[in-house]
Amino acid sequence: MEMRDLMLDGNAIGGLLQEVFVEEMTTARSTCAGCGAVREVGALHVYADAPGMVVRCPACDTVLLRVVRSETLLWLDPRGVSCLELTMPTG
Amino acid sequence: MAFITRGFRGTRETDESGRIPPGQYETHDFPVLSAGPTPHTPLESWSFTISEDGEELARWSWDEFRALPSETITKDIHCVTKWSKLDTTWEGVSVDTLLDGIETGAGYVTAWSDGGYTTNLPLEDVTGGKAWVAFGYDGEPLEPEHGGPARLLVPHLYFWKSAKWVRGLRLMDEDEPGFWESLGYHLYGDPWREQRYWGD
Amino acid sequence: MAGAAVLGRLSWRLAELVELVRETPRVTSLVLDVPGWDGHRPGQHVDVRLTAEDGYQAQRSYSIATPAEGEHLVLTVEKLEDGEVSPFLTEELQPGDRFELRGPIGGYFVWNGSADGPLHLVAGGSGVVPLMAMLRHRAADGIAVPATLLFSSRTLDDVIYRDELDGLAAGDSALTVVHTLTRAQPQGWTGYDRRIDEGMLADVFGTPDAVAGAFVCGPTRFVEVAADGLVGLGYEPSRVRTERFGPTGR
Repeated sequence: MEMRDLMLDGNAIGGLLQEVFVEEMTTARSTCAGCGAVREVGALHVYADAPGMVVRCPACDTVLLRVVRSETLLWLDPRGVSCLELTMPTG
Repeated sequence: MAFITRGFRGTRETDESGRIPPGQYETHDFPVLSAGPTPHTPLESWSFTISEDGEELARWSWDEFRALPSETITKDIHCVTKWSKLDTTWEGVSVDTLLDGIETGAGYVTAWSDGGYTTNLPLEDVTGGKAWVAFGYDGEPLEPEHGGPARLLVPHLYFWKSAKWVRGLRLMDEDEPGFWESLGYHLYGDPWREQRYWGD
Repeated sequence: MAGAAVLGRLSWRLAELVELVRETPRVTSLVLDVPGWDGHRPGQHVDVRLTAEDGYQAQRSYSIATPAEGEHLVLTVEKLEDGEVSPFLTEELQPGDRFELRGPIGGYFVWNGSADGPLHLVAGGSGVVPLMAMLRHRAADGIAVPATLLFSSRTLDDVIYRDELDGLAAGDSALTVVHTLTRAQPQGWTGYDRRIDEGMLADVFGTPDAVAGAFVCGPTRFVEVAADGLVGLGYEPSRVRTERFGPTGR
Protein backbone atom coordinates (compact mmCIF):
# COMPACT_ATOMS: atom_id res chain seq x y z
CA MET A 1 0.00 0.00 0.00
CA GLU A 2 1.21 3.49 -0.83
CA MET A 3 0.86 6.03 1.97
CA ARG A 4 -1.23 8.08 -0.47
CA ASP A 5 -3.90 5.37 -0.22
CA LEU A 6 -4.47 6.51 3.36
CA MET A 7 -4.92 10.09 2.29
CA LEU A 8 -8.23 11.91 2.71
CA ASP A 9 -9.54 15.30 1.61
CA GLY A 10 -10.01 18.39 3.71
CA ASN A 11 -13.69 17.61 4.13
CA ALA A 12 -12.65 14.72 6.40
CA ILE A 13 -11.50 17.26 8.97
CA GLY A 14 -14.42 19.61 8.45
CA GLY A 15 -15.78 18.65 11.87
CA LEU A 16 -12.48 19.23 13.66
CA LEU A 17 -11.92 22.59 11.97
CA GLN A 18 -15.43 23.72 12.76
CA GLU A 19 -14.81 22.84 16.42
CA VAL A 20 -11.73 25.04 16.43
CA PHE A 21 -12.77 27.91 14.18
CA VAL A 22 -16.52 27.88 14.92
CA GLU A 23 -17.17 28.35 11.18
CA GLU A 24 -17.57 25.99 8.26
CA MET A 25 -14.00 25.85 7.02
CA THR A 26 -13.96 23.48 4.06
CA THR A 27 -14.78 26.30 1.67
CA ALA A 28 -12.18 28.67 3.14
CA ARG A 29 -9.26 29.23 0.78
CA SER A 30 -5.72 28.64 1.99
CA THR A 31 -2.46 29.81 0.43
CA CYS A 32 0.49 27.46 0.73
CA ALA A 33 3.49 29.09 2.39
CA GLY A 34 5.72 26.80 0.33
CA CYS A 35 4.56 27.25 -3.26
CA GLY A 36 1.77 29.84 -3.13
CA ALA A 37 -0.93 27.47 -4.40
CA VAL A 38 -4.42 28.53 -3.36
CA ARG A 39 -6.97 25.81 -2.66
CA GLU A 40 -10.23 25.37 -0.85
CA VAL A 41 -9.56 23.63 2.45
CA GLY A 42 -11.86 20.81 1.34
CA ALA A 43 -9.42 20.04 -1.47
CA LEU A 44 -6.31 19.78 0.69
CA HIS A 45 -4.59 16.45 1.33
CA VAL A 46 -5.15 15.06 4.81
CA TYR A 47 -3.16 12.35 6.56
CA ALA A 48 -5.21 11.63 9.65
CA ASP A 49 -4.00 9.46 12.57
CA ALA A 50 -0.36 10.01 11.72
CA PRO A 51 -0.68 9.79 14.89
CA GLY A 52 -1.69 13.42 14.80
CA MET A 53 -3.21 15.09 11.77
CA VAL A 54 -1.16 16.46 8.88
CA VAL A 55 -2.62 18.57 6.09
CA ARG A 56 -0.51 18.95 2.96
CA CYS A 57 -0.57 21.09 -0.14
CA PRO A 58 -1.89 19.13 -3.15
CA ALA A 59 0.55 20.96 -5.40
CA CYS A 60 3.83 20.60 -3.49
CA ASP A 61 3.17 18.37 -0.43
CA THR A 62 4.34 21.07 1.98
CA VAL A 63 2.85 20.63 5.42
CA LEU A 64 0.18 23.33 5.72
CA LEU A 65 -1.33 22.46 9.05
CA ARG A 66 -0.74 19.99 11.86
CA VAL A 67 -3.14 19.15 14.68
CA VAL A 68 -2.66 17.01 17.76
CA ARG A 69 -5.34 16.30 20.27
CA SER A 70 -5.25 14.82 23.76
CA GLU A 71 -8.36 14.30 25.85
CA THR A 72 -8.42 17.89 26.99
CA LEU A 73 -6.02 19.85 24.79
CA LEU A 74 -5.65 20.59 21.11
CA TRP A 75 -2.43 21.83 19.52
CA LEU A 76 -2.43 23.46 16.11
CA ASP A 77 0.55 24.50 13.96
CA PRO A 78 -0.74 26.61 11.07
CA ARG A 79 2.61 27.88 9.81
CA GLY A 80 2.32 26.23 6.39
CA VAL A 81 -0.68 28.43 5.61
CA SER A 82 0.47 31.91 4.71
CA CYS A 83 -3.04 33.19 4.17
CA LEU A 84 -6.54 31.95 4.94
CA GLU A 85 -9.49 33.57 3.19
CA LEU A 86 -13.01 33.16 4.52
CA THR A 87 -16.18 34.44 2.93
CA MET A 88 -18.00 36.28 5.69
CA PRO A 89 -21.77 36.57 5.83
CA THR A 90 -23.05 39.98 4.85
CA GLY A 91 -25.72 41.80 6.84
CA MET B 1 -19.10 12.76 29.98
CA ALA B 2 -20.04 11.50 26.52
CA PHE B 3 -23.15 9.38 26.02
CA ILE B 4 -22.37 5.70 26.54
CA THR B 5 -23.40 3.69 23.49
CA ARG B 6 -25.17 0.53 24.58
CA GLY B 7 -23.27 -2.57 23.58
CA PHE B 8 -20.21 -0.87 22.05
CA ARG B 9 -16.84 -2.36 23.01
CA GLY B 10 -14.64 -1.77 20.00
CA THR B 11 -12.39 -4.60 18.87
CA ARG B 12 -10.25 -4.61 21.97
CA GLU B 13 -9.12 -7.78 23.68
CA THR B 14 -8.51 -8.09 27.39
CA ASP B 15 -4.86 -8.24 28.37
CA GLU B 16 -4.03 -11.80 29.39
CA SER B 17 -0.27 -11.36 29.04
CA GLY B 18 0.60 -8.56 31.43
CA ARG B 19 2.71 -7.18 28.64
CA ILE B 20 0.32 -4.44 27.53
CA PRO B 21 1.13 -0.98 28.93
CA PRO B 22 -1.64 1.10 30.52
CA GLY B 23 -4.29 2.39 28.11
CA GLN B 24 -3.14 0.11 25.30
CA TYR B 25 -4.96 -2.74 23.49
CA GLU B 26 -3.38 -5.66 21.74
CA THR B 27 -3.68 -5.90 17.98
CA HIS B 28 -2.79 -8.77 15.67
CA ASP B 29 -2.73 -6.43 12.66
CA PHE B 30 0.09 -4.07 11.92
CA PRO B 31 -1.66 -0.72 11.40
CA VAL B 32 0.00 1.68 8.99
CA LEU B 33 0.34 5.31 9.97
CA SER B 34 1.89 8.06 7.90
CA ALA B 35 2.29 11.81 7.94
CA GLY B 36 2.78 12.00 4.22
CA PRO B 37 3.31 10.17 0.94
CA THR B 38 5.68 7.18 0.86
CA PRO B 39 9.22 8.32 0.10
CA HIS B 40 10.80 6.17 -2.60
CA THR B 41 14.52 6.74 -2.37
CA PRO B 42 16.29 4.33 -4.71
CA LEU B 43 18.82 2.16 -2.90
CA GLU B 44 21.62 3.52 -5.12
CA SER B 45 20.99 6.99 -3.66
CA TRP B 46 20.29 5.83 -0.10
CA SER B 47 22.76 6.60 2.65
CA PHE B 48 22.75 6.66 6.43
CA THR B 49 24.78 9.31 8.19
CA ILE B 50 25.80 10.21 11.71
CA SER B 51 26.56 13.89 12.11
CA GLU B 52 27.23 16.47 14.78
CA ASP B 53 27.14 20.25 14.44
CA GLY B 54 26.72 19.93 10.71
CA GLU B 55 29.79 17.75 10.38
CA GLU B 56 29.44 14.25 9.01
CA LEU B 57 31.10 11.71 11.28
CA ALA B 58 30.10 8.53 9.48
CA ARG B 59 28.28 7.52 6.30
CA TRP B 60 27.18 4.22 4.82
CA SER B 61 25.74 3.47 1.42
CA TRP B 62 23.07 0.76 1.30
CA ASP B 63 25.60 -1.93 0.49
CA GLU B 64 27.96 -0.74 3.18
CA PHE B 65 25.11 -0.60 5.67
CA ARG B 66 23.99 -4.13 4.82
CA ALA B 67 27.54 -5.38 5.23
CA LEU B 68 27.54 -4.32 8.88
CA PRO B 69 26.88 -6.96 11.52
CA SER B 70 23.14 -7.25 12.11
CA GLU B 71 20.88 -9.16 14.42
CA THR B 72 17.38 -10.54 14.64
CA ILE B 73 15.34 -9.36 17.61
CA THR B 74 11.84 -9.95 18.83
CA LYS B 75 10.15 -7.10 20.66
CA ASP B 76 6.77 -5.75 21.69
CA ILE B 77 5.83 -2.42 20.13
CA HIS B 78 3.41 0.20 21.40
CA CYS B 79 1.77 2.94 19.36
CA VAL B 80 0.46 6.10 20.98
CA THR B 81 -2.83 5.53 19.12
CA LYS B 82 -3.32 2.75 21.67
CA TRP B 83 -2.48 -0.44 19.84
CA SER B 84 0.30 -2.74 20.99
CA LYS B 85 1.69 -5.61 18.98
CA LEU B 86 3.56 -8.35 20.79
CA ASP B 87 6.50 -10.44 19.61
CA THR B 88 7.34 -8.52 16.48
CA THR B 89 10.49 -9.80 14.80
CA TRP B 90 12.95 -7.47 13.16
CA GLU B 91 16.32 -7.66 11.53
CA GLY B 92 18.59 -4.66 11.88
CA VAL B 93 21.90 -3.07 12.73
CA SER B 94 22.25 -2.01 16.35
CA VAL B 95 22.71 1.71 16.81
CA ASP B 96 25.65 0.76 19.06
CA THR B 97 27.32 -0.66 15.94
CA LEU B 98 26.65 2.55 14.03
CA LEU B 99 28.06 4.68 16.83
CA ASP B 100 31.04 2.43 17.39
CA GLY B 101 34.22 4.47 17.34
CA ILE B 102 32.44 7.80 17.43
CA GLU B 103 33.44 10.00 20.33
CA THR B 104 30.87 12.54 21.37
CA GLY B 105 29.76 14.53 24.37
CA ALA B 106 26.29 14.86 22.95
CA GLY B 107 23.45 13.79 25.23
CA TYR B 108 20.71 13.57 22.58
CA VAL B 109 20.03 12.54 19.03
CA THR B 110 17.60 13.71 16.42
CA ALA B 111 16.67 10.98 13.96
CA TRP B 112 15.68 12.35 10.56
CA SER B 113 13.93 10.70 7.65
CA ASP B 114 13.12 11.09 3.98
CA GLY B 115 10.08 13.34 3.70
CA GLY B 116 11.19 15.62 6.55
CA TYR B 117 10.10 13.68 9.63
CA THR B 118 12.20 14.03 12.76
CA THR B 119 12.10 12.65 16.28
CA ASN B 120 14.30 13.34 19.29
CA LEU B 121 15.70 10.90 21.85
CA PRO B 122 18.28 10.87 24.65
CA LEU B 123 21.49 9.21 23.43
CA GLU B 124 21.27 6.66 26.22
CA ASP B 125 17.90 5.51 24.86
CA VAL B 126 19.40 4.50 21.53
CA THR B 127 22.51 2.84 22.95
CA GLY B 128 23.19 -0.14 25.19
CA GLY B 129 21.24 -2.52 22.98
CA LYS B 130 18.02 -0.51 22.96
CA ALA B 131 17.79 0.63 19.35
CA TRP B 132 18.37 -0.56 15.81
CA VAL B 133 18.14 0.63 12.26
CA ALA B 134 15.90 -2.16 11.00
CA PHE B 135 15.76 -3.37 7.40
CA GLY B 136 13.78 -6.55 7.88
CA TYR B 137 10.43 -7.36 9.46
CA ASP B 138 8.99 -10.82 10.04
CA GLY B 139 11.69 -12.48 7.97
CA GLU B 140 11.19 -10.27 4.90
CA PRO B 141 12.71 -7.00 3.68
CA LEU B 142 10.95 -4.11 5.38
CA GLU B 143 8.05 -2.93 3.20
CA PRO B 144 7.85 0.77 2.27
CA GLU B 145 4.50 1.08 4.06
CA HIS B 146 6.25 0.10 7.31
CA GLY B 147 9.24 2.33 6.74
CA GLY B 148 11.38 0.37 4.30
CA PRO B 149 14.12 0.24 3.18
CA ALA B 150 15.09 1.05 6.77
CA ARG B 151 13.53 2.55 9.85
CA LEU B 152 14.68 3.34 13.34
CA LEU B 153 13.47 0.83 15.91
CA VAL B 154 13.27 1.91 19.55
CA PRO B 155 10.72 -0.50 21.03
CA HIS B 156 10.85 0.70 24.63
CA LEU B 157 9.31 4.04 23.66
CA TYR B 158 6.07 4.85 21.82
CA PHE B 159 6.41 3.85 18.21
CA TRP B 160 6.34 7.38 16.74
CA LYS B 161 9.97 7.47 17.92
CA SER B 162 10.79 4.56 15.58
CA ALA B 163 11.14 6.85 12.61
CA LYS B 164 10.16 5.31 9.27
CA TRP B 165 12.39 5.89 6.23
CA VAL B 166 15.22 6.97 8.54
CA ARG B 167 18.34 8.39 6.90
CA GLY B 168 20.47 9.54 9.78
CA LEU B 169 21.12 10.59 13.34
CA ARG B 170 22.24 14.04 14.38
CA LEU B 171 24.07 14.11 17.70
CA MET B 172 22.77 17.03 19.74
CA ASP B 173 23.71 18.83 22.93
CA GLU B 174 20.09 19.75 23.56
CA ASP B 175 16.91 17.73 23.37
CA GLU B 176 15.26 19.38 20.39
CA PRO B 177 11.60 18.44 19.92
CA GLY B 178 10.96 16.66 16.64
CA PHE B 179 7.96 16.65 14.30
CA TRP B 180 5.40 15.44 16.84
CA GLU B 181 7.22 16.42 20.04
CA SER B 182 6.97 20.05 18.98
CA LEU B 183 3.19 19.88 18.81
CA GLY B 184 1.96 18.18 21.95
CA TYR B 185 3.40 14.68 21.92
CA HIS B 186 5.58 13.91 24.91
CA LEU B 187 9.29 14.66 24.62
CA TYR B 188 10.29 11.21 25.96
CA GLY B 189 7.31 8.89 25.39
CA ASP B 190 7.52 5.98 27.87
CA PRO B 191 4.48 3.74 27.31
CA TRP B 192 4.74 2.26 30.81
CA ARG B 193 4.28 5.72 32.34
CA GLU B 194 1.70 6.56 29.64
CA GLN B 195 3.68 9.59 28.48
CA ARG B 196 1.62 10.37 25.40
CA TYR B 197 1.33 14.17 25.55
CA TRP B 198 3.04 17.17 27.12
CA GLY B 199 2.47 17.26 30.82
CA ASP B 200 1.77 13.52 31.11
CA MET C 1 -33.63 25.83 1.39
CA ALA C 2 -34.11 24.12 4.73
CA GLY C 3 -31.76 25.33 7.50
CA ALA C 4 -28.72 25.40 5.27
CA ALA C 5 -26.60 27.81 7.25
CA VAL C 6 -23.84 26.22 9.28
CA LEU C 7 -23.38 28.38 12.31
CA GLY C 8 -21.68 28.15 15.60
CA ARG C 9 -19.84 25.48 17.45
CA LEU C 10 -20.64 21.94 16.36
CA SER C 11 -21.99 19.95 19.24
CA TRP C 12 -22.71 16.30 19.75
CA ARG C 13 -26.35 15.38 19.70
CA LEU C 14 -28.16 12.08 20.06
CA ALA C 15 -29.54 10.12 17.12
CA GLU C 16 -32.03 7.33 17.65
CA LEU C 17 -32.20 4.36 15.32
CA VAL C 18 -35.66 3.99 13.85
CA GLU C 19 -35.03 1.24 11.34
CA LEU C 20 -32.28 -0.70 9.60
CA VAL C 21 -32.56 -1.24 5.86
CA ARG C 22 -30.31 -3.88 4.29
CA GLU C 23 -29.25 -2.41 0.96
CA THR C 24 -26.78 -5.12 -0.11
CA PRO C 25 -25.05 -8.02 1.70
CA ARG C 26 -22.42 -5.63 3.00
CA VAL C 27 -24.27 -2.33 3.19
CA THR C 28 -26.99 -1.19 5.57
CA SER C 29 -28.87 2.08 5.86
CA LEU C 30 -29.56 3.46 9.30
CA VAL C 31 -32.79 5.45 9.42
CA LEU C 32 -32.36 7.92 12.25
CA ASP C 33 -34.45 10.32 14.22
CA VAL C 34 -32.33 13.30 15.29
CA PRO C 35 -34.28 15.74 17.46
CA GLY C 36 -33.34 19.33 16.76
CA TRP C 37 -31.77 18.58 13.39
CA ASP C 38 -31.67 21.84 11.49
CA GLY C 39 -31.41 20.50 7.98
CA HIS C 40 -28.45 19.87 5.73
CA ARG C 41 -27.30 20.05 2.13
CA PRO C 42 -26.67 17.15 -0.25
CA GLY C 43 -23.09 15.93 0.05
CA GLN C 44 -22.58 16.84 3.70
CA HIS C 45 -21.58 14.29 6.30
CA VAL C 46 -21.81 13.66 10.01
CA ASP C 47 -19.25 12.52 12.55
CA VAL C 48 -20.45 9.57 14.65
CA ARG C 49 -18.97 8.91 18.08
CA LEU C 50 -19.33 5.72 20.06
CA THR C 51 -18.31 5.47 23.72
CA ALA C 52 -17.81 2.20 25.59
CA GLU C 53 -18.58 1.85 29.28
CA ASP C 54 -14.89 2.21 30.20
CA GLY C 55 -14.73 5.49 28.30
CA TYR C 56 -13.05 4.14 25.15
CA GLN C 57 -14.19 6.13 22.15
CA ALA C 58 -14.21 5.64 18.42
CA GLN C 59 -15.23 8.23 15.88
CA ARG C 60 -15.98 7.97 12.17
CA SER C 61 -17.46 10.15 9.45
CA TYR C 62 -20.45 9.04 7.35
CA SER C 63 -22.07 10.80 4.44
CA ILE C 64 -25.74 11.66 4.75
CA ALA C 65 -27.76 9.66 2.21
CA THR C 66 -30.93 11.72 2.36
CA PRO C 67 -31.48 15.12 0.84
CA ALA C 68 -32.78 17.88 3.11
CA GLU C 69 -36.32 16.86 2.25
CA GLY C 70 -37.53 14.02 4.44
CA GLU C 71 -38.45 13.23 7.97
CA HIS C 72 -35.44 11.15 8.94
CA LEU C 73 -31.69 11.33 8.55
CA VAL C 74 -30.29 8.27 6.80
CA LEU C 75 -26.70 7.07 6.90
CA THR C 76 -25.69 4.24 4.58
CA VAL C 77 -22.84 2.26 6.09
CA GLU C 78 -20.63 -0.39 4.54
CA LYS C 79 -19.59 -3.07 7.00
CA LEU C 80 -15.80 -3.39 6.92
CA GLU C 81 -14.69 -6.88 7.94
CA ASP C 82 -11.99 -5.75 10.38
CA GLY C 83 -13.83 -2.60 11.26
CA GLU C 84 -14.46 -1.36 14.74
CA VAL C 85 -17.45 0.91 14.19
CA SER C 86 -19.20 -0.32 11.04
CA PRO C 87 -19.86 -3.87 12.31
CA PHE C 88 -21.37 -2.35 15.45
CA LEU C 89 -23.60 0.08 13.57
CA THR C 90 -24.80 -2.49 11.07
CA GLU C 91 -25.12 -5.57 13.29
CA GLU C 92 -25.40 -4.62 16.97
CA LEU C 93 -27.48 -1.47 16.97
CA GLN C 94 -31.21 -2.04 17.55
CA PRO C 95 -34.14 0.25 16.86
CA GLY C 96 -34.51 2.51 19.86
CA ASP C 97 -30.76 2.60 20.54
CA ARG C 98 -29.09 5.98 20.51
CA PHE C 99 -25.59 7.21 19.70
CA GLU C 100 -23.87 10.52 19.32
CA LEU C 101 -23.40 12.37 16.08
CA ARG C 102 -22.58 15.90 15.06
CA GLY C 103 -23.14 17.79 11.87
CA PRO C 104 -23.94 18.55 9.21
CA ILE C 105 -20.35 19.08 8.18
CA GLY C 106 -18.83 20.30 4.98
CA GLY C 107 -19.35 23.04 2.46
CA TYR C 108 -16.82 21.96 -0.12
CA PHE C 109 -18.31 18.64 -1.20
CA VAL C 110 -21.83 19.96 -1.55
CA TRP C 111 -24.11 20.36 -4.55
CA ASN C 112 -25.84 23.68 -4.32
CA GLY C 113 -28.78 22.44 -6.36
CA SER C 114 -28.03 24.92 -9.07
CA ALA C 115 -29.52 24.53 -12.50
CA ASP C 116 -26.46 26.13 -14.11
CA GLY C 117 -24.82 23.03 -15.41
CA PRO C 118 -25.14 19.28 -15.56
CA LEU C 119 -24.43 17.13 -12.53
CA HIS C 120 -21.56 14.75 -13.24
CA LEU C 121 -21.07 12.09 -10.58
CA VAL C 122 -18.52 9.27 -10.24
CA ALA C 123 -18.95 6.76 -7.42
CA GLY C 124 -16.85 3.84 -6.21
CA GLY C 125 -18.78 1.45 -3.98
CA SER C 126 -20.11 3.19 -0.87
CA GLY C 127 -18.84 6.44 -2.36
CA VAL C 128 -22.28 6.63 -3.95
CA VAL C 129 -23.86 7.71 -0.67
CA PRO C 130 -23.33 11.50 -0.82
CA LEU C 131 -23.98 11.44 -4.57
CA MET C 132 -27.30 9.69 -3.95
CA ALA C 133 -28.24 12.51 -1.60
CA MET C 134 -27.62 14.86 -4.53
CA LEU C 135 -29.72 12.76 -6.92
CA ARG C 136 -32.52 12.42 -4.38
CA HIS C 137 -32.49 16.17 -3.85
CA ARG C 138 -32.59 16.74 -7.61
CA ALA C 139 -35.59 14.43 -7.92
CA ALA C 140 -37.43 15.78 -4.87
CA ASP C 141 -37.07 19.39 -5.97
CA GLY C 142 -37.61 18.67 -9.66
CA ILE C 143 -34.36 20.42 -10.56
CA ALA C 144 -34.12 20.47 -14.31
CA VAL C 145 -30.46 19.73 -14.92
CA PRO C 146 -29.12 16.72 -16.78
CA ALA C 147 -27.34 14.32 -14.45
CA THR C 148 -25.01 11.41 -15.12
CA LEU C 149 -23.77 8.91 -12.54
CA LEU C 150 -20.93 6.51 -13.34
CA PHE C 151 -21.05 3.90 -10.60
CA SER C 152 -18.41 1.25 -9.99
CA SER C 153 -19.36 -1.78 -7.91
CA ARG C 154 -17.90 -5.25 -7.44
CA THR C 155 -20.93 -7.26 -8.55
CA LEU C 156 -24.57 -6.58 -9.35
CA ASP C 157 -25.58 -7.68 -5.84
CA ASP C 158 -23.24 -5.03 -4.44
CA VAL C 159 -24.88 -2.15 -6.28
CA ILE C 160 -26.25 0.07 -3.52
CA TYR C 161 -29.67 1.65 -4.21
CA ARG C 162 -29.91 -0.37 -7.41
CA ASP C 163 -33.70 -0.47 -7.70
CA GLU C 164 -34.10 3.17 -6.72
CA LEU C 165 -31.51 4.26 -9.29
CA ASP C 166 -33.21 2.16 -11.98
CA GLY C 167 -36.52 3.76 -11.06
CA LEU C 168 -35.18 7.30 -11.08
CA ALA C 169 -33.48 6.81 -14.43
CA ALA C 170 -36.49 5.12 -16.00
CA GLY C 171 -38.73 8.04 -15.09
CA ASP C 172 -36.30 10.80 -16.04
CA SER C 173 -34.84 11.11 -19.50
CA ALA C 174 -32.34 13.69 -18.20
CA LEU C 175 -30.78 11.19 -15.74
CA THR C 176 -28.29 8.59 -16.95
CA VAL C 177 -26.92 5.89 -14.67
CA VAL C 178 -24.00 3.85 -16.00
CA HIS C 179 -22.73 0.86 -14.04
CA THR C 180 -19.44 -0.91 -14.19
CA LEU C 181 -19.11 -4.24 -12.38
CA THR C 182 -15.47 -4.94 -11.72
CA ARG C 183 -15.33 -8.39 -10.12
CA ALA C 184 -18.15 -10.46 -11.62
CA GLN C 185 -20.97 -9.82 -14.04
CA PRO C 186 -24.28 -11.64 -14.44
CA GLN C 187 -25.05 -13.73 -17.49
CA GLY C 188 -25.86 -11.52 -20.46
CA TRP C 189 -24.34 -8.38 -18.95
CA THR C 190 -23.61 -5.87 -21.69
CA GLY C 191 -22.34 -3.05 -19.49
CA TYR C 192 -18.81 -2.19 -18.45
CA ASP C 193 -16.87 -4.90 -16.67
CA ARG C 194 -13.65 -3.19 -15.65
CA ARG C 195 -12.29 -0.57 -13.28
CA ILE C 196 -12.88 2.96 -14.42
CA ASP C 197 -10.29 4.53 -16.68
CA GLU C 198 -10.00 7.60 -18.83
CA GLY C 199 -11.56 5.84 -21.81
CA MET C 200 -14.66 4.95 -19.84
CA LEU C 201 -14.92 8.47 -18.45
CA ALA C 202 -14.64 9.87 -22.00
CA ASP C 203 -17.41 7.56 -23.24
CA VAL C 204 -19.71 8.41 -20.37
CA PHE C 205 -19.10 12.14 -19.91
CA GLY C 206 -17.76 13.25 -23.28
CA THR C 207 -15.65 16.36 -23.63
CA PRO C 208 -16.31 18.84 -20.85
CA ASP C 209 -17.23 22.43 -21.55
CA ALA C 210 -15.36 25.23 -19.80
CA VAL C 211 -17.45 25.23 -16.67
CA ALA C 212 -18.10 21.51 -16.30
CA GLY C 213 -17.65 20.14 -12.83
CA ALA C 214 -17.90 16.75 -11.20
CA PHE C 215 -18.20 15.07 -7.83
CA VAL C 216 -16.10 11.96 -7.24
CA CYS C 217 -16.40 9.82 -4.13
CA GLY C 218 -15.07 6.45 -3.01
CA PRO C 219 -11.88 4.78 -1.81
CA THR C 220 -8.82 7.01 -2.13
CA ARG C 221 -7.19 5.14 -4.96
CA PHE C 222 -10.45 5.03 -6.96
CA VAL C 223 -10.90 8.77 -6.49
CA GLU C 224 -7.34 9.47 -7.66
CA VAL C 225 -7.85 7.52 -10.89
CA ALA C 226 -11.25 9.08 -11.56
CA ALA C 227 -10.23 12.63 -10.71
CA ASP C 228 -6.99 12.41 -12.70
CA GLY C 229 -8.98 10.92 -15.58
CA LEU C 230 -11.50 13.76 -15.59
CA VAL C 231 -8.73 16.36 -15.49
CA GLY C 232 -7.10 14.48 -18.35
CA LEU C 233 -10.32 14.88 -20.34
CA GLY C 234 -10.22 18.62 -19.80
CA TYR C 235 -12.14 19.26 -16.60
CA GLU C 236 -10.74 22.23 -14.69
CA PRO C 237 -9.07 20.67 -11.59
CA SER C 238 -10.77 22.98 -9.10
CA ARG C 239 -14.14 21.91 -10.50
CA VAL C 240 -13.54 18.23 -9.78
CA ARG C 241 -14.58 17.86 -6.16
CA THR C 242 -13.42 14.77 -4.39
CA GLU C 243 -14.26 12.92 -1.21
CA ARG C 244 -11.77 10.18 -0.46
CA PHE C 245 -12.75 7.43 1.95
CA GLY C 246 -9.22 6.12 2.60
CA PRO C 247 -8.02 2.64 1.70
CA THR C 248 -10.58 0.03 0.68
CA GLY C 249 -11.32 -2.08 3.70
CA ARG C 250 -8.81 -1.83 6.54
